[in-house]
Amino acid sequence: MKHYRAHLLVCAGTGCVSCGSFKIKEALEKEIKTRGLQDEVQVVATGCNGFCERGPIVLVQPDGIFYQLLTVGDVPHLVEEHLLKGRPVKKLMYVPPAEKQPVPKMKDIEFFKHQRLIVLRNRGRIDPEKIEEYIAFDGYEALGKALTEMTPAAIIDEILFSGLRGRGGAGFPTGKKWAACAKEKATPKYLICNGDEGDPGAFMDRSVLEADPHAVLEGMVIGAKAIGASKGFVYIRHEYPLALKRMEIAITQARENGLLGQDILGSGFDFDLEIVQGAGAFVSGEESALIASVEGKIAMPRQRPPYPAQKGLWGKPTVINNVETWATVPNIIRRGADWFQGLGTETSKGTKIFALVGKIANTGLVEVPMGITLREIVYGIGGGIPDKRDFKAVQIGGPSGGCLPAKLLDLPVDYESLTAAGAMMGSGGMIVMDDKTCMVDIAKYFLNFLQDESCGKCVSCREGTQRMYEIVKGITEGEGKESDLALLEELAQITKDASMCGLGQTAGNPVLTTLRYFRHEYEAHILDKRCPAGVCKKLIRYVVLSEKCTGCLSCKKACPTEAIKGTLKEIHLIDQSKCIKCGACKEACRFEAIEEQREEAIQII
Amino acid sequence: MDTDKTKVQSLIDKHQGLKKNLIAILLDIQESFNYLPPDALRQVAKSLGMPLIDVCGVATFYRAFSLTPRGKHICLVCLGTACHVRGGPKILEELERKLDVPAGETTKDGQFTLETVACLGCCAIGPVVVIDGEYHGHATIRKIGPILTKYQKPQAS
Repeated sequence: MKHYRAHLLVCAGTGCVSCGSFKIKEALEKEIKTRGLQDEVQVVATGCNGFCERGPIVLVQPDGIFYQLLTVGDVPHLVEEHLLKGRPVKKLMYVPPAEKQPVPKMKDIEFFKHQRLIVLRNRGRIDPEKIEEYIAFDGYEALGKALTEMTPAAIIDEILFSGLRGRGGAGFPTGKKWAACAKEKATPKYLICNGDEGDPGAFMDRSVLEADPHAVLEGMVIGAKAIGASKGFVYIRHEYPLALKRMEIAITQARENGLLGQDILGSGFDFDLEIVQGAGAFVSGEESALIASVEGKIAMPRQRPPYPAQKGLWGKPTVINNVETWATVPNIIRRGADWFQGLGTETSKGTKIFALVGKIANTGLVEVPMGITLREIVYGIGGGIPDKRDFKAVQIGGPSGGCLPAKLLDLPVDYESLTAAGAMMGSGGMIVMDDKTCMVDIAKYFLNFLQDESCGKCVSCREGTQRMYEIVKGITEGEGKESDLALLEELAQITKDASMCGLGQTAGNPVLTTLRYFRHEYEAHILDKRCPAGVCKKLIRYVVLSEKCTGCLSCKKACPTEAIKGTLKEIHLIDQSKCIKCGACKEACRFEAIEEQREEAIQII
Repeated sequence: MDTDKTKVQSLIDKHQGLKKNLIAILLDIQESFNYLPPDALRQVAKSLGMPLIDVCGVATFYRAFSLTPRGKHICLVCLGTACHVRGGPKILEELERKLDVPAGETTKDGQFTLETVACLGCCAIGPVVVIDGEYHGHATIRKIGPILTKYQKPQAS
C-alpha cells in the first residue's frame, strides 16, 4: 500500500456537492500534480462531514486542519502554503461568530466538539466508495464475529440487551422485532432497510448511506443471520441519487469480497441484497406501505396486526429497520451491548443523529448522545440563531412531530420526553425557527403536506387533514373564527384516534402542539387579524420607512409590478393597489428601509 | 407521436419483466421519455400481465411520475421545512411569475416544467432551486431571473 504524507479529505455529501465540492477536488488534484506532489499527497472524496453550513469543506490529515467555504480560486494558494511550505492558511479556516481568531483544528470547533460519533464514526474520514477503507477502520469485524462466533439467538440477545430502539420514528425495540421474526416458521424471510426518508427538512439517512454505506450493509447481514433471512432489500428514495450510487458500489464490492452472496466468509451462510428505488411518496416510509412499494404496488398501509415480522413482504416474515438502526448494529456487536447500554438515558440508549436546519447558525448533521438537552444542541452545537434574532421554536419529528417552545429548551432529548411534550423523536429532523417564523403558517405548511401525502385509505386522515388545512389556511388569510380553534382540536384528535397508520395517527401533532404552545398567535390572527411574525401575506403589507430610505432605486428596479414610485435620492413609496406582496423590494433594500407592517398599522393609514 | 415500442420493451426486459419491478420500470420509462406516454403504460400492463388500471394506479400515486410531457428543462423548487422557513414559497412564487405557469405545469413553449419537491436534503444551502440537476443554493427573488436566463438560450434561427 502506498503511503502519503498528507491526505486532503474533500467532503462529498450532497450539501457540499451542491456547493461545488467536486470542482474543488478536481482543482486540488490538478494543482497537486502541477506542483509534483502527487506521490506525497492524496485527495479523497468522503461522505458528509456534517458541517454543511460551511461547505465546500476540506480536512487536511494528519494535522486535522479544517478548511471551509472554499472556492476553486483558493486552491493554488492552499496547496502552495499548506502543502509546500507547511504553513496552514488562516484565512480559509473557520472563525466562530463574534470572534476574530480562527479555529484551525476540526476537533476544537464547537460544532464538532460536543458530538459523539458512533453511527457516523467514519464520516469525513473514509472514501465511502472503497471497501478497503471501511475495513481498515474495523469494518466487517462485527460481521466476522456474528457469523463465526455467535448463534442467531446470541445476536438477538445482544441487540435486546443493548436497548437499541428503532431510529425511524416510533422507537420500537429492535431486538424484540428481530426475536418476533426469528421465531416464525415460514420461509423465506426477508429484511428491508427503510431509506425512504420523506420528512421534509431531514437528511440523516441520506448522509449515513452516502458516508458509510458498508455500515448499513454490514448491519443487514448481521440481522439476516439473526433472523434467518436469505434476501434483503434496501429501499432508497429516488431523490437521493448519490446515496443510490454509493449503495450500489458497496453491494458490488461486498459481493466481490465474499461478504455478500453465497457462503459469506466461508461460514456457509447465504444472503444477498437488492436496491429498490422509491418514487416519491411520504407514506411509503410507513412499514406496511413500504412493503407494498417493494412489491411494486401503490404504497398504501394496511391494518396491523399481523405485523411484518409475522406476515410482511409477499406474506413472509420480514424485519424492517431504518438506515440508522442498521448502521448502529455493527457497532453494538463489535463493542458489546454493555458499552452501548452505558450511553444515553434509562430508556433511550446510544446516540441519535439529527439534521439541524432552519434558522440556525450552523446548519448540519449532528450525532449526539440520547438525553442531551435541546439547548445544548441548538446553542452549543448549532451556534444559536443567526442575524441576532430570537429563538421561537424547534420543530422535531417531521410532519408527525411538533413545535416546542423556548421554555422547553432544557428538555432532554429521548423518546419519552419528546412524546410527552407533544412531539416525537421521528427520524431526527430538527428545524429551528426564529421570531420571524409564523407558527400558524407552519401548521398550515405541515397540514398542506399531510393532506397531499395522505394515501386516502382512511376517511379520518383523508378528510381530517384536508379540513384542518382549510381551517388553518382561512385563519392565515384573516377569515378565522373564534370557534375554529375548538374545531381544530377536535378534528386533530379524531384524525389521531381513527386513522390506521402512523401518518394519520400523528397528523394532528403539528396543530395540537402549535395550539398548545402558541395559541396566542392563532388568536392574534383570528381576533386582531394580525400576523405577529409578519409572514401571512393577507395580513401584512410592505411599507417604506421614510427615515431609513435613501432613495437608491434598488427596490423600484426589483419590483415586478411597478408598484414603487420615487426618483433618485427621494423617499420611495409603495402603491398598495399594485403591490402583490412578493417581498422582492425588501430583499433588494440594503438599508432595511422596507418592512412588513401589521394590520394595526394598516388601519391607521 | 408513436411511442418507441422497442425502447419500452428493452426497459421492461432490463427489469426481467417482473411485476415487482413496476416502479423501477416506470422510473426508467420516465427517464427516457421525460414522461409516461399512454402507449407505454398499455405496453407495460400487457407485458407484465396486469390490468392497466393497476399500472395507472402506481403511475398516479407516486409523485415522481408525470402523465403529461414535461419541458426541456425541469425546474425543481424545494419546499422542505428548512427551505420553507427560509423563504422557499417566495422563490416559488417568483418562478411562477417569471415562467407564467403554476407549480406542476409546463410552459407553453415547452421549455420549462416547474415542479416542487418536499425535501432535497441539502438544507444548509436553502432555499434551493434545482434546474436539470444543477443546484442553485441560497436562492433569492433577485437571483431567479439570471438563473433562468442561463437556461433560456436563444433559439438558433
